[in-house]
Amino acid sequence: MEWRRKHVLGLADFSTEEIEFVIDTARSMEDVLTRDIKKVPALRGKTVVNLFFEASTRTRTSFEIAGKRLSADMVNFSSAVSSVGKGETLLDTARNIDSMKPSIIVIRHPASGAAHFLSRYVSCSVINAGDGSNEHPTQGLLDLYSVLKVKDKVKGLKISIIGDILHSRVVRSSLHSFGRMGADLWLCGPASLVPREMGRSGATITYDIREAVRNADVVMMLRIQLERQKRAFFPSLREYARKYGLNSEIFSLAKKDAVIMHPGPINRGVELSDELADSAHSIILNQVESGVAIRMALLYLLAGGHNAAH
Amino acid sequence: MLLIKEGRVIDPDSGRDEPGSIVVADGKVADFLPGGEAPKTFDGTVIDAAGKWVLPGLIDMHVHLRDPGFEWKEDIRTGTVAAASGGFASVVCMANTNPVNDHPEVTRYIREKAASQGTANVFPVAAVTRGLEGREMTDFAELQEAGAIAFSDDGRPVRSALILRRALEYAKAFDLLLMEHAEDHELSEGGAANEGWTAHRLGIPSIPSAAEEIAIARDILLARLTGGRIHIQHISTKMGVDLLRMGKRAGVRVTGETAPHYFTLTDAAIEGYNTHAKMNPPLRGEEDRMAILEGIVDGTIDVIASDHAPHDDYTKRCEFIAASNGIIGLETALPLSMGLLAGGKVTPARLVELMSAAPARILGLKEKGSLRKGADADITIVDPETEWEFGEADVRSKSRNTPFFGWKMRGRAVAVLCRGRITHSLLKGVAPVA
Repeated sequence: MEWRRKHVLGLADFSTEEIEFVIDTARSMEDVLTRDIKKVPALRGKTVVNLFFEASTRTRTSFEIAGKRLSADMVNFSSAVSSVGKGETLLDTARNIDSMKPSIIVIRHPASGAAHFLSRYVSCSVINAGDGSNEHPTQGLLDLYSVLKVKDKVKGLKISIIGDILHSRVVRSSLHSFGRMGADLWLCGPASLVPREMGRSGATITYDIREAVRNADVVMMLRIQLERQKRAFFPSLREYARKYGLNSEIFSLAKKDAVIMHPGPINRGVELSDELADSAHSIILNQVESGVAIRMALLYLLAGGHNAAH
Repeated sequence: MLLIKEGRVIDPDSGRDEPGSIVVADGKVADFLPGGEAPKTFDGTVIDAAGKWVLPGLIDMHVHLRDPGFEWKEDIRTGTVAAASGGFASVVCMANTNPVNDHPEVTRYIREKAASQGTANVFPVAAVTRGLEGREMTDFAELQEAGAIAFSDDGRPVRSALILRRALEYAKAFDLLLMEHAEDHELSEGGAANEGWTAHRLGIPSIPSAAEEIAIARDILLARLTGGRIHIQHISTKMGVDLLRMGKRAGVRVTGETAPHYFTLTDAAIEGYNTHAKMNPPLRGEEDRMAILEGIVDGTIDVIASDHAPHDDYTKRCEFIAASNGIIGLETALPLSMGLLAGGKVTPARLVELMSAAPARILGLKEKGSLRKGADADITIVDPETEWEFGEADVRSKSRNTPFFGWKMRGRAVAVLCRGRITHSLLKGVAPVA
């Protein structure tokens, strides 16, 4: 297929064909990663700006490594101050950076819709690296890619996502990536963190982790933030861990060959027990590895790499 | 002397909906001449109203003029020009200015500036509590003497039920009206859109309908407890309408308003993080929109007001969560409300009730909202048939924050008189008085 997309803002409007194309491109990128010298000149002379308004080590590093392996010039711009309230507005920051003529801006921002907003005012491509509770499209793609590596297909797999559904941008992207491929999706967590309306996504809602895990092929645990307890979404981390944490006993309800995923960083002993996090069922580190390939693929496609190469 | 010749005169206050002419003298309605009895010759200005509606001057009882303090968004001059252009002879302006209208000096400033520069009657609303902080009551009697027509902390509710109780009780002695922005702040905190599928899908922190409904219920119960008079501002939810209906049936002295956007749009309008569809209360679901329409038809909702909330571009050109709440409305309120007539369930007379007679009655404006002989000659002339598209060129406000650009409208105010003075005219040969 021909890649026409200028921005990657979310998976909500990605076609199945596009998702498959990104995965295919990621596969060929993975070849680069197995070489001794893990670098190709595909994006030489291109500048990619990591524009991060929220603390993030792994996503930013993953993009940075992805860009460097393609020989792009990577620039990191981090700002703890979001435009909300005081300081330079997001619009001004964006226009300033755009004036320096980068090829791609990778943005992480605490406000939902920030990447969409940015894309309307800059001339370069925009990749959403997580906007508020909206989407985290590269995570959604790398999750799909990681599952495809261990299962032949996603269609018909029971995939359960467990935790803070309400605030999760990972869920809002993974619902699309797994959903397009025909997965049987389940969302689980305390009712205060699983809005009823999310059922309209086509996923099955349950507040019972056993029901979610029973016969599951994939169990994806989400990070729970202590801050949510302070806003009265659940009584305590202790109770959360008891009712919604994944341990060996509950995981034994899943299929024999089920895998465990987590977008990281893990709260060990809270949403995921120590032994499971390090078990053979865990593909958490494979996710991280897949992440670099997916991000290389997107940088490559947005920078017009495949047009230049062929 | 001025003659509005042979239009359809619609005046619910005098029970009139018939062809006729209106004679204006000394800023008052001097006479009504039925049918084609207009004099052949007339010594004064003649406005030919053939094919037009002649209505008591429209009153927008919920407007933010942003003056003093935020004059780059709007000021009393531009706000009243926008009002006249939209068909309004009177506006009621909220107290969340800077300084807050919690002191007679501010009230007088607004009155005086409106008198010298305004093209509409301006009735200031004073704050219920000092600085809108919800702690100490303002000097009600003194503010009333300075010209405050009602009291509201609009933009936010009076958080404390105790303070609101006291305010309602204290206001009784002066027959003052309290108007409430109904919102439970703890339930709504951090929210930026209606709680529902759209907000959940877009990952926008949301505000449940209950945040508004709990406050409406509280306000009605406090009015019942005290015997005070309360007006619920910008009702947006189904249960909000139901509660108002229940309160009225129980004999509570409660009235309520809605705004055109709540019966015209739903939260689907925020798609794409459209900050021009962000307001507080937020646009709700289709079920709510239908209930608002029903409340308008059955008389539960007393008033349509615009909640005209001008904001400069940059406070809307940003992340959705960070964007200011509100839209301009003075120039779209009438045409959007005329959209209600299409189904036939709302008659032109009912529309005049909602936008003129009822606000006048609720606010105690005895000389307004009526075309009876001796009333103030506040008159709105409407062309009910004209079709037009709302665009930037139509905006007289200083701000442009509206989701309605490009909308096809039917019906428009073609002339407005404010105490006999022509403040707006699209009619040939009839010029507004500068």
